[in-house]
Amino acid sequence: MPVLEIRRVSKNFGAIQALSDVSFQVERGEVVGLMGDNGAGKSTVVKTVAGNFPPSDGEIVVDGEVCHFHKPVQARAKGIEVVYQDLALADNLTAAQNVFLGREIKKGFWPIRVLDKQAMIDRSAALFRELKSETRPRDLVKKMSGGQRQAVAIARTRLSNAKLVLMDEPTAAISVRQVAEVLELIRRLKAQGVGVMLISHRMPDVFAVADRIIVLRRGSKVADKETGNTSPEEITGLITGAIRGE
Amino acid sequence: MANSVQEQVIAQEPAGKAGQSAMSDFVPTKEQTAFQRVISSQPFWVTIALIALVILMTAMEPSFGTSENVANVTRNFAPFGIMALGMTVVIITGGIDLSVGSIMGLVVIVAGLFLTWHYPWYIAFAMGLFSGLSCGAVNGFFVAYVGMPSFVVTLGMLSVARSLAVVFSANQMLYQFGPDAPIVKAIGQAKWPRHGPEDWAPHWIPELSSQFWTMVILALIVGFVFNFTAWARHLFAIGGNEEAARLTGVPVDWIKFQAYLFSAFTASIASLLLLGYNGSAINAMGQGYELRVIAATVIGGASLMGGAGTAFGAIIGSAFLEVIRNALLMAGIDSNWQGAFVGAFIVLAVLLGMQTGGKSILAASLATLMPKKSR
Repeated sequence: MPVLEIRRVSKNFGAIQALSDVSFQVERGEVVGLMGDNGAGKSTVVKTVAGNFPPSDGEIVVDGEVCHFHKPVQARAKGIEVVYQDLALADNLTAAQNVFLGREIKKGFWPIRVLDKQAMIDRSAALFRELKSETRPRDLVKKMSGGQRQAVAIARTRLSNAKLVLMDEPTAAISVRQVAEVLELIRRLKAQGVGVMLISHRMPDVFAVADRIIVLRRGSKVADKETGNTSPEEITGLITGAIRGE
Repeated sequence: MANSVQEQVIAQEPAGKAGQSAMSDFVPTKEQTAFQRVISSQPFWVTIALIALVILMTAMEPSFGTSENVANVTRNFAPFGIMALGMTVVIITGGIDLSVGSIMGLVVIVAGLFLTWHYPWYIAFAMGLFSGLSCGAVNGFFVAYVGMPSFVVTLGMLSVARSLAVVFSANQMLYQFGPDAPIVKAIGQAKWPRHGPEDWAPHWIPELSSQFWTMVILALIVGFVFNFTAWARHLFAIGGNEEAARLTGVPVDWIKFQAYLFSAFTASIASLLLLGYNGSAINAMGQGYELRVIAATVIGGASLMGGAGTAFGAIIGSAFLEVIRNALLMAGIDSNWQGAFVGAFIVLAVLLGMQTGGKSILAASLATLMPKKSR
């Protein structure tokens, strides 16, 4: 059973048709690259799946169950986590504090319920080890490299044992070495049986980790190809419209 | 296939971009120790400056170090310390509360009116507190739920609350307080420990005011909350990245609302203590206090950008300003100069705390004043 199935989803904002009749699936432990030019509808797909707004038409099926999300919290409850482009981290807090932000571990009895700092530090240290990242739980996020920040954002998704992780441009605006680090993190997620949807402009990154590549153009799906059966040239052609899709 | 593509891009990576991010690639090899963290914090250096100032003044002015003057100074800055705790909470969220001084005025007049109508002191205090909290709730509602800038909302409240205080008091001073007047006075003028024949305290221990002790207790509570509760964790997260806090499910609006409510609460407490101390209520109470409270908070290391601040810093900042003021008075400098000093210290504190592109402000301004070419 696919972890995520999008069935004939359309979305329009007033007169603007952002998505028309898009269908695809993501399996467990599968990395799916979602590509397309600006305005092709990538963000709309992400926001629909993440529960920022419901689709105008069509269904979102998570683990065989038809879902109607109106808020991101509802999607998260179904095991869908998003790593946002700006990572949604608070710079002034430490790695562990960010990982547990909004779901802190507490101890003691009402009315004095205090934070269990050591438990949170230990748990995030374990998560970073699992991701083979050198991030330290007590370090402030503002002093971290781009790759380490990604690790914090990804560790957060592991905390809830997400089934599907949506990653919006995780490799934009970071250095070459950090890109390699982030791609490794994505492979770790895959190895743990998590479905990953990777939204990216950067062709080589998508080719490096994705099992399958879906191309959107002007709100429609124009291609859904195994990475091994296609080439960057073909995908570029599909994105720009030089090659006609399905 | 995939590998060759990746290698290709590494070769294609524009040199400029790689160079830019080289800075952020650098990761310190060791975690900061607790000692290093203390050393690099602003409250620590303000404390050092405060101690130095106190030693200097004690050496120069024999009357400065007396237990009477210590009792005086600690009583004088306590209301500011109390309010600075509330202001710190608001400033951590990245907001500001300009209305605290006016809220004090309204609270003292409301409580004073109920006392002149011969209500018991607890009814009067409760009504004063209620009026103050109402102001805080209005501030919080417009900032958190309507999404208006805190500067605008609290500036409006500054004007509204002061105007209400003037209207309610009919622009009269209130002092005929009915049967509970002695109790009110006792609350505001209480001291501990006491000198005197039947009390244990020797003369060199200052008789510390109820205002001071209230501040200490509140500071301990706020300090505990800041360090050990999820609520404070969320407060700091909101100041660091409000959108991120929202996305992770932090009840951002509710916490921001509570921050303004707490700021108004501290202003109300300070106002009621001063009502007891003065034994009278004037509608001008607290005028201009917002600036001193904000100055104390910022000097104590709270960042006006949000996301940073401590309970200890709020108290130390207030103490620092009061000791400076006291020192100026003792040095025989016209008290009208105070405003100039307070203003200068706000700018200085923000300047020293500023970080531009990872460099301290001193290094950054040096680089601007003397570009590499001309050196």
